[in-house]
Amino acid sequence: MELLMFYGFGLLALFAGVAMILSRQPVTSALLMILNMFCLSALYALLDAHLIAVLQLLVYAGAIMVLVLFVIMLLNLREKKGIITKHQASLQVVGVAAFGFFVMTVVSRLNTAALPKSKAASAGFGTVEAVGRILFTDYVLPFEIASVLLLAAIVGAVMLAKSKV
Amino acid sequence: MPITIPPIDLLAVAPEIAVSGFACLLLMTAVFLKGKGGWVNACVALVGLAVAGWFALCQGAPRSAYSGMYAADGFTQFFKIIFLLGTGLVVLVSVKYNEEENMNNGEYYALLLFSTAGMMLMAAASDMMTLFLGLELLSISLYVLAGYARNRPGSNEAALKYFLLGGFAVGFLLYGMAMIYGATGHTDFAGIGREAARGADNRLYLVVGAVMLLTGLGFKVAAVPFHQWTPDVYEGAPIPVTAFMSAGPKAAVLAVMIRVYAQSVSFMHVDWLVWLSVLAVMTMTVGNVAALVQSDAKRMLAFSSISHAGYAMVGLAAATREAVASVAVYMLVYTLMNIAVFGILALVARKNEQRTKMRDFAGLARSNPVLAVSMTILVFSLAGIPPMAGFMAKFYVLMAAVKAGLYWLVLAAVLNSAVGIYYYLRFTVHMYMDEPEEKLPPVKASPALVVAIALSIIGVLLIGVVPSAYLEMAGRAVVSF
Amino acid sequence: MKLNQYLPVLIMTLAAIGTAAGMILLTSIIGPKKKFDDKMEPFECGVSPIANPKSRFSVRFYIIAMLFILFDIEAVFLFPWAAVYRSLGMFGFAEMLVFIVVLGVGLGYIWKKGALEWE
Repeated sequence: MELLMFYGFGLLALFAGVAMILSRQPVTSALLMILNMFCLSALYALLDAHLIAVLQLLVYAGAIMVLVLFVIMLLNLREKKGIITKHQASLQVVGVAAFGFFVMTVVSRLNTAALPKSKAASAGFGTVEAVGRILFTDYVLPFEIASVLLLAAIVGAVMLAKSKV
Repeated sequence: MPITIPPIDLLAVAPEIAVSGFACLLLMTAVFLKGKGGWVNACVALVGLAVAGWFALCQGAPRSAYSGMYAADGFTQFFKIIFLLGTGLVVLVSVKYNEEENMNNGEYYALLLFSTAGMMLMAAASDMMTLFLGLELLSISLYVLAGYARNRPGSNEAALKYFLLGGFAVGFLLYGMAMIYGATGHTDFAGIGREAARGADNRLYLVVGAVMLLTGLGFKVAAVPFHQWTPDVYEGAPIPVTAFMSAGPKAAVLAVMIRVYAQSVSFMHVDWLVWLSVLAVMTMTVGNVAALVQSDAKRMLAFSSISHAGYAMVGLAAATREAVASVAVYMLVYTLMNIAVFGILALVARKNEQRTKMRDFAGLARSNPVLAVSMTILVFSLAGIPPMAGFMAKFYVLMAAVKAGLYWLVLAAVLNSAVGIYYYLRFTVHMYMDEPEEKLPPVKASPALVVAIALSIIGVLLIGVVPSAYLEMAGRAVVSF
Repeated sequence: MKLNQYLPVLIMTLAAIGTAAGMILLTSIIGPKKKFDDKMEPFECGVSPIANPKSRFSVRFYIIAMLFILFDIEAVFLFPWAAVYRSLGMFGFAEMLVFIVVLGVGLGYIWKKGALEWE
């Protein structure tokens, strides 16, 4: 059952991702991206990473997608016929082929490599509490740096986007 | 299940706390003084840097803090001092520039301090988590600073290009980190090293991860072939910001490379060496050759900074203790001289950065002889002409590489230095032998800029004449590794 | 935490999709379809549109959305903290205090800067 759900959400995520790139309408792309984020969140839940799954929905599918839609409306792109020259198209094909080859190599090696057997997640793994336990003890420093990082980002957003400073 | 409270080593991160705290203070002065008080802001920033420097100096015995995420050792200390010095010089260079360009002051210095905190965290990081957060703190502040001259299209372009490409590069970095974590199950460098030495089962993943990590770091240090953003961003960003970007962040990334390499030595010794050597040669050569044909001084200095990263990477490839010490001294010297050169350029460029061409230096020897002599000393140092510090720094790096047996790498570096002399001397030729195209009032340095230039010239001469003292200092710093 | 605890979420999702899709499907099947010119025109509350809807959005939306994300991320950190607050005690309180104060500086900054005002 779990495996079935994994493949189901995985395929749906793949489909949404590819369709997002292929879609000509920016808003359609954005909506497909939400679908993609949702599937990723489901995959996280399947991996027992419960907090991450919720955050994925809250931050990515929620807040960041709002921003993406605002930017789409801000730019207000007119629909344009993309002109791709033969040269560019062939470059793209070569690029995709090369990357595909790379991924295939890596993935094929994965199966042969003796991977350590994944331990069954301990009880309570990935819950909000488990993350809290480690975040506020071992990861105090990164946690506090994150606040400074957010502060720098706030200043940056104001400095670059505010009409009068 | 009770939670054990981890020990909090405040003294180790005191410099970062000081710098961030003063940055917060600057944000407050920015909104309460409302654009007035450029001097006040600069002074607050300088005091903050001084306090941080003092904390860095009395850091205490080498130790690891925060569950092995943060290394408070001599190496960290040495680099922290470099960053603080560099940022201090940039603040001095910025005072008059910001006033003339009417750039908002408080946030500017606050962002400078934030990125300094990021650099210090990078140098101290002994875990990929700290490394990543430090790098992001540095990068985000730099993206904003690059676009700080909001009314200049070039500056906007610089910010956008830097941001898009930087974000892409960080993606590589993060993916590489994930691969390494997947292969070893560790995020701390020591653990990764141990696991890799044990002969990890997933060597391929380790290698792919390491290549991606190197790609991300290579972007930040502007190593060829990840350098394409550099000329445009350096050209578009305000001159003091360019000065800042070209010095501190480079040193920070090099510090990270040294630490990743040194703490995870067994991290595929051979491959790493070959990659670094190839990167170093490409970086030196492309940087120098491209610098030859530039007519814009800012662009030329951008390419020259690329080539300097290449020289430093020669020392990285050698990877002996001696080489690491010489790279640290190289970054110190480079920071001193490069920021001062940009300071002089900011002066010559005049309002709105309209004169950043090489030939705009024409006639400087007559209109402001002291400035011309200073510039000559600094570019001689950049070119690596004895007895300036630039020569000694390069000399020690190359000596270390010779001892490590990297003869062909040294040969490439020497040939490149010869090419470099040509384009650096073009400044001198313009200043002393050319007539200016139009009559302009002579440029006059502000007191702050005079202090900055004087400090760096004293530093350049001092390190040039008695380099051994500094090398010993760096050597001591590296021993604690 | 067992995976089957997600079952309600899954059922809810399917129910939501089912309801939405069902309504659209039903109306398109049973609803009358008479197309004439007036009906096919876009309209605004019953009157013909005055302005082109494809106008640019103000950049002010963007900055507010941006700030929202940043504070949203901050809020996210509060969840795991609240979950372990009792076992962390004063230490956890001090940690979060530092975190909040740093971001409080940010809030004070944007407030005084007027970034929250619709200028």
